[in-house]
Amino acid sequence: MADTPLLQIKDLSVQFPSPHGFLTVVDKVSFNVARNEIVCVVGESGSGKSVTMQAAVGLVQPKGGRITSGSVQFDGNELVGMGNRQLNRIRGNSIGFIFQEPMSSLNPAYTVGEQIAEVVRRHRGASRADAWKRAIESLDRVHIASAASRVHDYPHQFSGGMRQRVMIAMAIACDPKLLIADEPTTALDVTIQARILELLRELQRDTGMSVLFITHDLGVVADIARHVVVMYGAQVVEAAPVDELFKMPRHPYTAGLLEAMPQVALERGHDPIAIPGTVAQAHAWPSGCRFNPRCRYRVDGPCTTVPLQLEPLGASRVRCARADELNLADQPAMVNA
Amino acid sequence: MTKPCLTVENLVVTYDVGSTGFMGQRRLLHAVNDVSFEIAAGETLGLVGESGSGKSTAGLAILRLIDIASGKVRLGDTDVVAADRAGMRALRKRMQMVFQDPYSSLNPSMTIAQLLEEPLIVHANFPAAERRERVARMLESVGLHAGYAARYPHEFSGGQRQRIAIARSMMLHPELVVLDEPVSALDVSTQSQILNLLKKIQGESGTAFLLVAHDLAVVRLMSPRVAVMYLGEIVETGPSARVYDEPRHPYTAALISAVPFPDPERQRKMDRIILGGDLPSPLSPPSGCRFRTRCPFAMDVCAQQAPPRVPIEGGGYAACHLHAHGPKLGGASLNGFIHKQKMVVTE
Repeated sequence: MADTPLLQIKDLSVQFPSPHGFLTVVDKVSFNVARNEIVCVVGESGSGKSVTMQAAVGLVQPKGGRITSGSVQFDGNELVGMGNRQLNRIRGNSIGFIFQEPMSSLNPAYTVGEQIAEVVRRHRGASRADAWKRAIESLDRVHIASAASRVHDYPHQFSGGMRQRVMIAMAIACDPKLLIADEPTTALDVTIQARILELLRELQRDTGMSVLFITHDLGVVADIARHVVVMYGAQVVEAAPVDELFKMPRHPYTAGLLEAMPQVALERGHDPIAIPGTVAQAHAWPSGCRFNPRCRYRVDGPCTTVPLQLEPLGASRVRCARADELNLADQPAMVNA
Repeated sequence: MTKPCLTVENLVVTYDVGSTGFMGQRRLLHAVNDVSFEIAAGETLGLVGESGSGKSTAGLAILRLIDIASGKVRLGDTDVVAADRAGMRALRKRMQMVFQDPYSSLNPSMTIAQLLEEPLIVHANFPAAERRERVARMLESVGLHAGYAARYPHEFSGGQRQRIAIARSMMLHPELVVLDEPVSALDVSTQSQILNLLKKIQGESGTAFLLVAHDLAVVRLMSPRVAVMYLGEIVETGPSARVYDEPRHPYTAALISAVPFPDPERQRKMDRIILGGDLPSPLSPPSGCRFRTRCPFAMDVCAQQAPPRVPIEGGGYAACHLHAHGPKLGGASLNGFIHKQKMVVTE
């Protein structure tokens, strides 16, 4: 039991209705989150990273989406097909959530203490007094100074970074086994982001919970992840341990994202190398590899005809027809196409 | 330095936040406080800082899109602050702006041709054929097909819209363009396309850029010189390479160490300064140095006196007491000093 992964997502596919008919926005996504580790899912807008997470915990159906295949095993339970009553017992309890916009996830009409205590009462059946005590403890664990008095404050009385701490306090109030964090630092200034990342690292270390962290920022990935899942065009294109991914990216999209970062360009002494073209759209996936129209390593035939599978390669898994022959580590500066 | 394209001296911008204060006094929020800099023709100056630093307000004030409380702004030889209506109209031709959000800065009911032509109609007197030709040429130079002229903004992606916004700002060959977070709404893979385009356009046109951005790497990449703002003031300025690699102000050092670098090994080893507390209210900024309430190295003197602007070898200055008091760094880099403290946490 201890060595089975806490979360196993297998062949998960999700469709949403659109003017073009039902579109597959998550396509056979598989990855695991082990116990006591931080996994980052990274991708650009439209890659399917957030929908994957929402589908895994039963949050796409209310929005009109449908899961067309796959399974999500969480701590011994199958979440796909589970009823809402049961899911509600897991969500907010053994799975905690934090989102990008803390203000829209907190109710402005209640004090933060009432909101955290409510979660504890609901899931733990705690008494009012115990739940209130738990709320103060939680605020204290996220380093909100004078927690015992701030517990009476309303969300608007906190700054942006402090509100995100309140959200984290609420998410960890029931000691979740898994914390799902969807772009939790994207709306924050960098100095505040650094403190929130530090806090999440500390809480993870102290509690042994697992964290599934969704972001578009490879810098944040390098800072916090142990394992990384890279998504493009609704699919996983590469999955690897963090050091492996940055030292030896196996997919041209991963390498391209790195080369496009101003920080990397500065370090290597060239202009950022843009990925040409625009992100693939769900109503017009290219045939073959979905990244092939933007890929500088594309060869007609292997890359453009048959859909590609995610294949193991060293410590990684990669979806690229040329993964075996390409060496994408620290590519020298190349002229922009 | 050749004759500057833009000169800003002691710029102050205040917002009147009403007379709700004690005894009904008028309360003024100093969003930009005593800011001075120059930009040479064809040069880019990066103005970097976090929310509430006043960087965007400074950009807007220079274009007189908001009122200036005091100070001087000159575009070439023209006094921007003193310009009357007619004078401002003439100035508008010479300085332009590109906004962060290409979804809201382009009128959705106008075609690309109309959007790009508008400045030519308002400010110049070209015949229709000439206008059409200029639009086509400009579209090509921002990497868009001339045939797109008849389309509407909603038909384009975010990156393409930002190309259109840049094209529009360049139609009258302005001397200065203020770029306010031009790539922060875009995905990484598109960001670098736009950054490279801006560099190319500047190379061709010789337009000066004031680049306002929170992303330090973007600013360094685009700007040979940088000014770092905190709570309405410039705390450090100088050549970008020096400011980034050998910061002289603790806020600059903290800002740089807060940006995660895409290399996990390096992230684990890095010296970090983690800033405690929150940005103080600009309505009642701290006495002395505005950064002292969050500064891990604050001394008594920091609360008593405003920091001197210590000139740094190679140009620019750092407004910090550490150079004359305490460790008396005398204009030297903070790096060695920070390394001795290892990871600095002020919580």
